[in-house]
Amino acid sequence: MGLLRCSLAAIFIALPVSGQEAPNLNQPLSEQQGSPSQPIYDNPSQPDPTLEVHPAEQVVAGLSSDSVAITASFDGSDILIYGAVKRETPIPQGLPLQVIITVEAPAGSATVWRKERKAGIWVNAQSVRVASAPSFYAVATSAPLDQILLPEWDSRYRISLSHAMRAFAGTEAVESTVPFTEALLRIRENEGLYRLDENAVSIIDQTLFRADVRLPANLVEGAYKTRIFLLRDGQVIDAFVAPILVRKVGLERWLYHLAFERPLLYGLMSLAVAVIAGWGASAAFRGLRRA
Amino acid sequence: MQIYLPIAEVSVNALTLVGLGGLVGLMSGLFGVGGGFLITPLLFFIGIPPPIAVATGANQVVASSVSGVLAHVKRKSVDFRMGGVLLVGGLIGSVLGVLVFNVLQSLGQLDLVVQLCYVVFLGLIGLMMLQESVRSLRRSKSPTYRKRLHQHTWVHRWPLKMKFRASGLYISVFPPLMVGVAVGVLAAIMGVGGGFIMVPAMIYLLGMPTKVVVGTSLFQITFVTAFTTLMHAVSYNTVDIMLAVLLIIGGVIGAQIGTGLGAKLRAEQLRILLALLVLLVCGKLALDLFLTPDDLYAITAGVQ
Repeated sequence: MGLLRCSLAAIFIALPVSGQEAPNLNQPLSEQQGSPSQPIYDNPSQPDPTLEVHPAEQVVAGLSSDSVAITASFDGSDILIYGAVKRETPIPQGLPLQVIITVEAPAGSATVWRKERKAGIWVNAQSVRVASAPSFYAVATSAPLDQILLPEWDSRYRISLSHAMRAFAGTEAVESTVPFTEALLRIRENEGLYRLDENAVSIIDQTLFRADVRLPANLVEGAYKTRIFLLRDGQVIDAFVAPILVRKVGLERWLYHLAFERPLLYGLMSLAVAVIAGWGASAAFRGLRRA
Repeated sequence: MQIYLPIAEVSVNALTLVGLGGLVGLMSGLFGVGGGFLITPLLFFIGIPPPIAVATGANQVVASSVSGVLAHVKRKSVDFRMGGVLLVGGLIGSVLGVLVFNVLQSLGQLDLVVQLCYVVFLGLIGLMMLQESVRSLRRSKSPTYRKRLHQHTWVHRWPLKMKFRASGLYISVFPPLMVGVAVGVLAAIMGVGGGFIMVPAMIYLLGMPTKVVVGTSLFQITFVTAFTTLMHAVSYNTVDIMLAVLLIIGGVIGAQIGTGLGAKLRAEQLRILLALLVLLVCGKLALDLFLTPDDLYAITAGVQ
């Protein structure tokens, strides 16, 4: 077991996702959930050079497309994520291998407001600013998440939905940021922007896996990130990261850039469209009445 | 038929938007109101972010009012002089309004202020109009009643008097200028043309004849909302042209039908209809303020 632990520590160093371990500015979610916050490297004093280069099982994966084009008729998109487990030893005994796949949009800030009744009417009273929360976050798993992922590994890799956001700062009157962050999760889950699809990853012979991840119609442009985790006994044994570039194309792209780079021209164009349409309809109906 | 809006960054049904525009255009032609006070809340409801709904709503109002005002120019029911004075006030108000809009949004109180404005203004105006038009409808049935040209009120005693021939008025320029400023502020904050404020203000405050009120208010609304659209586009990049085009297609057609319909109806009936509509929207908004909301929490994304 000691050997396994230090080998895991070694794998971490090689992973690009380990850079994600920035601590929360104010109130770490891991504390709110009662799980111990651990240092990134469990046991750095006992590195094992052989395992650092060759983890027992590694992910090899691909995406059906590494970019998504938003056209005028864009109505969401399905991305097929597939891959295999590369290993040079027989399949280990014990519980079967599990896979978790996450897809997330670039993070942006958001403010969560809570209404209160003041003088009979409901007004936005208290707020919590979330410095970083992705506008879209989907988690697909090969089995129920709480059965295949230990909480400490969850908080380390920020896998489950509640870990999608970080760095909260409330107004002084806010006793706890927890109800606010829960509300953010709940609202975005209801809107289909945050999603946990358990059993959506299918695994064949503990070696091949695939999952379809549906991207919703209300996508924001940017560099999306796909992460694939291999798990055994609730622990992450390997991870793989791939980007998906989501960008507007054609007319959508042209209008968007015009609006932000030449706003006066864009504004005048919007007005011209309005005036021509208004005048055109007026003229057309006059013609109709005469006829 | 879903369509992805490039600035709003949401996907919505194109036919819904055309239908929405049509409904609002009908109001515009019928009552001389831009219909913005309906379109903006409806856009919120289908998931358009509030800043984009307000700015694009203003753009849509431009189209429906151009369409409406052309029809009124043909029927010579526009007082250009009065419209010009209202317009000067409107442009000043619009600049102020866009600034206030930004402050309110950063404070997280935009929705509340907009709703409160609606409830207060719509409630007062709706009741006033309903009372007045029911009374005049009763009077017109009794043949002994002789109608005066207009009521002389306190606003007629102010300095800097000006002749408005089309309206048959000789009054100070300040009352129309102030009405214009108020309407400009509302145009910028609520994405409305402000017709629902201006039409009653012209009738009851300035004493203008109903015949020229609708055309003149549309004339002012066209220019003020055009200016507001431009301000929002340049300052905050919140005008979604794709959304605007779909609303406009429905809007211009609706406006033409509404204008034709308006010419056939009697002025008192028209005013009762508008009063009831105004009170209906007011009641709905007031309920939202006083009843416990379904979700106490709300998210505003990306506010720095």
